[in-house]
Parts: sequence; structure tokens; C-alpha cells
Amino acid sequence: MGAGDPVGRMTAVIQGLGTSVPAQVVTNDDLARTLDTSDAWIRSRTGIVQRHVAEPGVATSDLAVEAGAAALKSADNPEVDAVVLATMTPDRPCPATAPTVATRLGLASGMAFDVNAACSGFVYGLAVAGGLVSSGVAERALLVGADVMTRVVDPADRNTAVLFGDGAGAVVIGRGNEGDDGAIGPFDLGGNGELGDLLHIPAGGSRRPADEDTVAERDHFLRMDGKEVYRQAVAGMVVSCARLLAAAGLDIDDVDHLVAHQANARILAAVGDRLGLAEQRRVCNVDRYGNTTAASIPLALADLHRQGVRPGARILLTAFGAGLSWGSVLVRWPDLGRP
Amino acid sequence: MTVYDRVVTILNDRLGVPAEDVSPETTFEQLDLDSLDLVEFALGAEESFGVRISDDEAEGLRSVGDAVALLESKGLGVTQA
Repeated sequence: MGAGDPVGRMTAVIQGLGTSVPAQVVTNDDLARTLDTSDAWIRSRTGIVQRHVAEPGVATSDLAVEAGAAALKSADNPEVDAVVLATMTPDRPCPATAPTVATRLGLASGMAFDVNAACSGFVYGLAVAGGLVSSGVAERALLVGADVMTRVVDPADRNTAVLFGDGAGAVVIGRGNEGDDGAIGPFDLGGNGELGDLLHIPAGGSRRPADEDTVAERDHFLRMDGKEVYRQAVAGMVVSCARLLAAAGLDIDDVDHLVAHQANARILAAVGDRLGLAEQRRVCNVDRYGNTTAASIPLALADLHRQGVRPGARILLTAFGAGLSWGSVLVRWPDLGRP
Repeated sequence: MTVYDRVVTILNDRLGVPAEDVSPETTFEQLDLDSLDLVEFALGAEESFGVRISDDEAEGLRSVGDAVALLESKGLGVTQA
């Protein structure tokens, strides 16, 4: 806590961070061998250069366990009694994937459940896991954002196949006080179901269960109206950040780093420009990972950690995705030790 | 300010297009603007003028003059500013 900060109310604080990505790297040129696209087109439209892709047979829980173990280790392996997994690509439709992750991490007896808020999943997860901890329902939580998006993206759809990658990131959340290093909050969260069709998987749920026709029509794959999502994402994240800063009584100049969901470099630029935040204070790693959905923010936090951020620095996280769903939160950079 | 001047302002502010490169006949292709730039233009018009340009309308724009005509058809006119 910095000198002069008032002793805050009890809140949730980040105490550890870990990530995992599959070893296999797929470049734009690799994709251009099977799709009518090119490295130049993908770079100019998205800023993506490569993405990590899970090997056959690897599931979301496999990446989540690796990231979770790394986060627990960075927090000196504390006791954890809640596991929250933010994902839209669970290992199976039922049961939730979080119990598998908890058991494999040796955290068998506590609560474990999934949160599905797509690309906003990690920010929503911070609210859910942080709420469990700050309310006393749990002592300490492990929040994992993990997705194997390449399983739900149509490999024949050049508009979406180039955008996504696979990965996982996790944080350990314990109890602390407002103003502490790692302190989470306040939040601005929102959603709009009227625009749910902009980004969806049409079949495989209770509305249209999977059958021969849905598979033949490729309706078990992700569909996206990219241009409208672009507009909604830019406007949505900017409005959400502005509301959050206003509610917190802060100005954009009070923010040390912006960590926005890594969907597209041009969306990141449009959001950063509109917020008036200098380019060197924006985190961008979409070039190396593509859009990893719930994993994108913790993967970006890990990049920030490697850059050596001062504990207590004020970080603004913002995300936008299917639902529609969006969310922003302020975080004080935790003391994570050396990168 | 005419609608044309306002279009030039958006192209400059949002997409970094120098005003001297633009004439009513200039095409977006000549300005090296792609489909996402047109979305960004539409978003800029919405934020600056409160006029909604749909993605289909944005996609149909070929030249700066097209954009002016579209905005005028939505009731945008000359302003004092």
C-alpha cells in the first residue's frame, strides 16, 4: 500500500498468476496453405502473426490445470477452497470442467464450477471469484480463464479460423483491503442478449440439439458477424471503461496500463485512442496468441509481469464478447516477485 | 462546415488520411482503406454526428462522394461550426 492511501474496506486481492499455451505454433502462412487467405491480409486486418493451437486430444482442462498449477506455485501453493473456470469450450457439455481441474490440482473438496461469459469470462470470473472470497463464502479462490477455441472454430471459414488461438491463464484470489497491492475492483459489467446472434454457435444446445443435419450444416461451429462485432466491441469497451473511471472518480491519466481483451490489434488501437491512453501504456500480444477468449487477459497480464510492473500500479482491464457481454475492472498490480 | 468537410475531418481524425489526398472523386481503394476502415469510418460518423451507417451501407461506399451523399440522405446538412 502506498503512503497516504486510506485503509480500505475488505476486498479480494490477486496473490498469484500463471499461464499455459500449447507448444504448437500455427503461423498465418500455415493457415494460407488450406484457406483462401494470406499473411498480409491477416496481419493488416487483425495484427495477428501466429497463434498457439492445442494438439489433437488436448482439452480445456489440460491447459487450465497447467495454468492453475503455475498460479498456485507463484502464490507459494496456498490452500484454495474454490475453483472458478471461465470458459466457453468446456471439455464436455456436462459436467462442468472446473471440478476436473480442481481434482487434478489436488483441490478436491472445495466448490468448483464454470462461468460462461465468452471473451468477457475472465473479468466476470474476477467478479464471481472475488465476490466469493470477499463475502467469506470461500477463503481463497483459483480463477482460471481457459479456452480451446480451435475446437469450435470452423477450419473452413477464413473469417474466423484465422482469429483464434488456444491458451489458459489463472490467478489466485485471497482476501485483503482496498488499496492493497493486487486489490480487485470496482467493476462495470453488462450484457445485451438482443445481439446474441452476432457471435454464436447455432446448434448443439437445447434449442437445436446436435443431429446429422446440424453437423452437415456446420452449425456446431462458431459464427460471427465480424464487422458488427468490431463496432460493438469498440463502443462497448470504451463506454464501459468511461463508466468505470467515472464511478471510481478517476481520469484515464490515473491508469498506468490498459489490458484490453486481445481480439484484434485494430480494436485495441481504436479503444486506446478513444480513451486517450498513450500507446506505450497499452498491452498488446494478439500478434503472438490470436484471440484466446477467456485466456487473453491473464496472458496479457503475464506479459505485463515480464515487463516488470511496479506493485500497486493501477491496471484497467476491459473485455467484450459473445452474449453480448462486457466488463471492466480496476486492479492494483500485485507483488508477484520477479518475473 | 459542409458535409464534405465533415467527411474529410473524420477521414483525417479517425483514419489518418491527409486532407490534401482527398477529393469527392477519390475512392477508398485509392486511399488504401479496407473494409474495417469503412467500419471505423461508420463508427466515427455515428460518434461525431449521431448518424447510423449500417455495415451494409458502409460496405457499399466506393468514393468520398458516396459517403457525402449517404450522410446527406440521412439528413445531415451544413453546420455553423
